[in-house]
Amino acid sequence: MSEPLLQVAGLSTQFHTQAGVVKAVSDVSFSLERGQILGLVGESGSGKSVTGFSLLGLVDPPGRIAEGSIRFDGQELVGMPQPDLRALRGKRIAMVFQDPMMTLNPVLSVGTQMTLAVRAHDKVSKQMARDRAVEALTRVGIPDAGHRLDAYPHQFSGGMRQRVAIAIAMIHSPDIIIADEPTTALDVSIQAQILHEMRELAKDSGTALIWISHDLATVSSLAERLLVMYAGTIVEEGPTARVLRNPRHPYTRGLLDSLPATAPPGQNLQQIPGSMPSLLALPPGCAFAPRCSFASEVCNGDVPYLVTGPSAFRCHHPIGEAK
Amino acid sequence: MSETFLSLDAIIKRFSPSLSVGDQIAARLGAKVETRSVHAVDDVSLSILRGETLGLVGESGCGKSTLGRIAAGILPATSGTASLGGEAVMINGRKTTTEVQTVFQDPFASLDPRMPIGDIIAEGPITHNLITRSDAKSYVGGWLERVGLDAGFAERYPHQFSGGQRQRVAIARALAMQPQLLICDEPVASLDVSIQAQIINLFLKLRRELQITCLFISHDLSVVRHVSDRVAIMYLGRIVEIGETETVYSSPSHPYTRALLDSVPKLVLEDDALVELRPIVGEIPSPLDPPAGCSFNPRCPMARDRCIKEEPQLRAMGTGQQTACHFSD
Ligand SMILES: Nc1ncnc2c1ncn2[C@@H]1O[C@H](COP(=O)(O)OP(=O)(O)OP(=O)(O)O)[C@@H](O)[C@H]1O
Ligand SMILES: Nc1ncnc2c1ncn2[C@@H]1O[C@H](COP(=O)(O)OP(=O)(O)OP(=O)(O)O)[C@@H](O)[C@H]1O
Ligand code: SF4
Ligand SMILES: [Mg+2]
Ligand SMILES: [Mg+2]
Repeated sequence: MSEPLLQVAGLSTQFHTQAGVVKAVSDVSFSLERGQILGLVGESGSGKSVTGFSLLGLVDPPGRIAEGSIRFDGQELVGMPQPDLRALRGKRIAMVFQDPMMTLNPVLSVGTQMTLAVRAHDKVSKQMARDRAVEALTRVGIPDAGHRLDAYPHQFSGGMRQRVAIAIAMIHSPDIIIADEPTTALDVSIQAQILHEMRELAKDSGTALIWISHDLATVSSLAERLLVMYAGTIVEEGPTARVLRNPRHPYTRGLLDSLPATAPPGQNLQQIPGSMPSLLALPPGCAFAPRCSFASEVCNGDVPYLVTGPSAFRCHHPIGEAK
Repeated sequence: MSETFLSLDAIIKRFSPSLSVGDQIAARLGAKVETRSVHAVDDVSLSILRGETLGLVGESGCGKSTLGRIAAGILPATSGTASLGGEAVMINGRKTTTEVQTVFQDPFASLDPRMPIGDIIAEGPITHNLITRSDAKSYVGGWLERVGLDAGFAERYPHQFSGGQRQRVAIARALAMQPQLLICDEPVASLDVSIQAQIINLFLKLRRELQITCLFISHDLSVVRHVSDRVAIMYLGRIVEIGETETVYSSPSHPYTRALLDSVPKLVLEDDALVELRPIVGEIPSPLDPPAGCSFNPRCPMARDRCIKEEPQLRAMGTGQQTACHFSD
């Protein structure tokens, strides 16, 4: 078997702050194949964005990658000089953010920004760059793209702006797009359009997608594999439908049970008590132990190791495997 | 039981652009300055029965918060009246009652960061003579415990709490005013699912204990389904469908309600099931220039001539709800 497109092993990213060391990402490992869609879910502050930034070499001081390896198409990204990383970013690995204005410049027309994006990596004529911009905008479903090149970002709706940001990410047909909650701020009707388009784009262009979200349902309609993150670590990983059907980790189970759709209307929902621990002072054993109804002595003392199988999980008392 | 408590009568709200003198002159000289007003709420009438929870759903900008603020007596309507038990909630731009209180989406923005939460909760009840200053400590302690916080937390400041805890404080602050009607505007939208479930459970518990009437605003269809007795669907400033929650969800009759329910991603539990996503085509039109006739017509798969010419009114459907569509039955 050949090497996967992306192989992350033992990645730890930390922020050295006055209050102490924030362990934002701890010992994260996963791999991504060409054209695959990977979902990364977890609650706020669990380390999803920092994981994404780490892959792109975008962690700024006081943050740093403390440990681990990120192999992308045969090259090691950890420790790679910034100019080399810059040559990859946007060209072979691109990112889409929750707020499209992190990508878009408010004072430049959409056409200008897109031609700049093309010419940052490909030495082509301005006209050719414009043609590619029109093509990219058309692909993400912006009608009459040729006429909208001269418009400025504020002249687009939120959903349209996010499409422009996606078009920019797609412009070099990258190997990987990291999409960090790209539809969270959008309405459901617009979200459904964008999910649909992203799936088609990934299929047509062979681009692999890391889809970061806190919404299990969205991810389940898109991703083949699922990573569940809690307090900086991957607590469960596997084929999406399998993990959701038969979660082995109590946290994954708890997330599923908290969804309003799982209880009859008006009845109490299952709830996970408490909240995520501070990443400055993680408990010594399993980080989920203080909230876990299965927790025992060993959970409070020892960090659970990764158990691999059809789905992989880190738990001393996993939920049984369904037949 | 079923007596009308909150009544909204033909509410219209327009926001006019606040133009500077320079803009006004420029507009008169023909420059492109936005002079049109936003049609935020367009002739909404509805009522909430005593003890009932009405859910209000719709996409961003459709006018949910505006309608909620008018019902709460904190925003004047352009025309129409909001009344509680027959009394107008606002007269000459002033709120007339303490019987309606609001819980907002962002608990951080709505709590004064410089005040200990005990003072935040006690402020309203003391000002309105519900309690005396000397009662404040035990009164606040009682409410903190009721919302699942330690009475000893009264001395702490908002930043010392997590998002979910801050929302508990905001709920305690609203309920400490002993309202009859609680308006919740996206109370769980900024919370993670695990915390969201805690707050929804708290809401259900308090509603049972206090028998409070509630307007529950959210863009999350599954949350609204869970907590509401009846639900109203809003689109571009209008109510397009209203009825018993289970009726609307199981047999939606407005094409927009159907499309909205179809757009919600569902948990996919089958391997390799390529779920069909059926997005609504097009975007929500600008409230500056709502389409003539039925405001959903540019996106509606059923639209015909009549939909462009004539504005549909709410009317009773065979399944029980009321729907504003020419062709639904
Ligand atoms: N520059 C920084 N300095 C200190 N801590 C940071 C910094 N950036 C992120 N963190 C911390 O790292 C942790 C992980 O943050 P991250 O943004 O990855 O979470 P997330 O899972 O993306 O959450 P959300 O769903 O809210 O976006 C958080 O506790 C955050 O406070
Ligand atoms: N103070 C204001 N001045 C001008 N326009 C306003 C004002 N408040 C609201 N609007 C406009 O009125 C319309 C309805 O806004 P509203 O906040 O009620 O929508 P909403 O349904 O609550 O949306 P969301 O889901 O985003 O909270 C929007 O077009 C909005 O831009
Ligand atoms: S290791 Fe223990 S505490 Fe952690 S999730 Fe498993 S059972 Fe719960
Ligand atoms: Mg994030
Ligand atoms: Mg609102």
